[in-house]
Amino acid sequence: MFEWLDQVFVLLKHWLVSFLPATWQPVAGILLCVLTIICLFPALFAICVLLERKGLGRMQNRLGPNRVGPFGIFQPIADGVKSLTKEDLVPLSADALVHFMAPVVLVVVVFMGFAVLPMGRNMVLVDLDAGLLFYFAIGASTELAVFMAGWSSRNKYSLLGAMRAVAQMISYEVPLLLSSVAVVMITGSLSLSKIVEAQNHYTWGLPHWYIFTPWGFAGFLMFAIAATAETNRSPFDLPEGESELVAGYFTEYSGFKFALFFLGEYVGMLSISGLGSTLFLGGWSSPLEALNWVPSWIWFFSKLLLSIAVFIWMRGTLPRLRQDQLMNFAWKFVLPMTLLNLFVAGLWRFLGDGWERWVVCSAILIVAYILMGRVGMYREHFGPRRYRYAE
Amino acid sequence: MLGEGILKGLAETAKNFAGSFVSKERLTTVEYPEDRIPTFEAARVFPFLVYDARNPGDENDWEAGLRCVACQICEKECPPKCIFIDKSKDKKPDALGKQQFYPTRFDIDVSVCMSCQICVEVCPFEAIKMDNEFELSTTDRFGGLLHDRRQLAKSNEYYHKIHPTEAAEVDARLAEEKAKADAKARAAADAAAKAAAAAKPAGGGE
Repeated sequence: MFEWLDQVFVLLKHWLVSFLPATWQPVAGILLCVLTIICLFPALFAICVLLERKGLGRMQNRLGPNRVGPFGIFQPIADGVKSLTKEDLVPLSADALVHFMAPVVLVVVVFMGFAVLPMGRNMVLVDLDAGLLFYFAIGASTELAVFMAGWSSRNKYSLLGAMRAVAQMISYEVPLLLSSVAVVMITGSLSLSKIVEAQNHYTWGLPHWYIFTPWGFAGFLMFAIAATAETNRSPFDLPEGESELVAGYFTEYSGFKFALFFLGEYVGMLSISGLGSTLFLGGWSSPLEALNWVPSWIWFFSKLLLSIAVFIWMRGTLPRLRQDQLMNFAWKFVLPMTLLNLFVAGLWRFLGDGWERWVVCSAILIVAYILMGRVGMYREHFGPRRYRYAE
Repeated sequence: MLGEGILKGLAETAKNFAGSFVSKERLTTVEYPEDRIPTFEAARVFPFLVYDARNPGDENDWEAGLRCVACQICEKECPPKCIFIDKSKDKKPDALGKQQFYPTRFDIDVSVCMSCQICVEVCPFEAIKMDNEFELSTTDRFGGLLHDRRQLAKSNEYYHKIHPTEAAEVDARLAEEKAKADAKARAAADAAAKAAAAAKPAGGGE
């Protein structure tokens, strides 16, 4: 029974495809999966937006949207109808073709990332051997879309936003990659399904997720920071800082194109959360051996939504960074820490199975964290301001 | 240590998040059309014309009882010029029984009025006062926003209901004025009677 529930989507696909002639079956199967992904993630996007607005409201002691439907649950539908019926404005001096292409490119690229994410046992669209590599290659193209949008709008706010976005995304692409390399070093594979399989073991009923190792914990933190910056989320939302740049690179977008950018941003968040949970949180594996009977896809999507909740929590808590703070943080703190983490992951691999490696690896990371926090992030503390002439 | 502040901040927002579900003091939102906060007495939004109810039940009572004498001071003083008054040709007795002009037209444009209360302050007849009714939106942006004298006229009882303290003061002042006017009238009548009485014997002597 539980076996069947775990594989329900796979079986459903096989059953649907079996009506077709044998030659068409593989293509039809892939098309079916693609269609599912394209329908599922926008639906999740709608849920995320609602949760974000409600959650942020609660953090600020407000109610959040509560007018459309009971408790405002139909708010995303209202928003969708609104953005579809709004006028689509293109500035006269904009490069119309590129202006049109930018949101399309963003959404396409963002959706392509899901091709290699395993969303459950046997539930991966293409099980590439170099899945992680594919993901990062595709993920880096979102910068292109963002810059296309900013450049083609011919608006100084858009251009500034795009410039900031490119600077930020390229800076944080490096730690993002390096923190995942540690996982690849330990697993010995770039295939995301193999990475999940490697974490799907249990000792005393507890899972062998990489986040429960010193290097994995540090790697996960660095990954989360870099992922937040990659998706332009608060506190790294400089490219679209509405208080400074109106809306940054999508200032000149309205109606459905704006909705596409919004969709791209959230689906990007979901996708990078999916990658993060695959790399460090055991993907679709359950957090306790006793809970293995729960279908694997439920675990994957709960981890996804949990990560989104953390994103929202961060947004409700932290103010936006300044450009120089952002860059300092990337190059002076996150990057050295990820490099050190690579070394620690190597040590972990070669120190054997005893308790020594726990002590050594944790000690190195904690000392480095404290030192780098003191030295690298040091800034002068100004005392209370004194006014010479006012006294 | 680095990151300490972030953890503190996260704890704070988590406290807010959880607290807003359990504590009414945290969640101060009043869901407006369903719930309302009572307006306080000094609230003022838009002027209205006070009338004294003389014969309740009469449909034209408001028109007869309007305190406004169309002196047009408020029209001239209004900073955004949103009051439009036409003075009558004939005269009607006011509350003191004196013959006075009255407004044949008294319009105030809601969209222009800035709720400054200057019209109220300059009015020597206590005829225009501030209302606390604030839901003045309308679907007709031309006619609907121009309130005529029928819409503006509200009884003295209504004034007492919304601004009790102020209305009591006004009534006291008016009563005092009326008493003074009555006394004056009585004195004049007495004087006239005395004069008549004095004139009689003189006339008789002639």
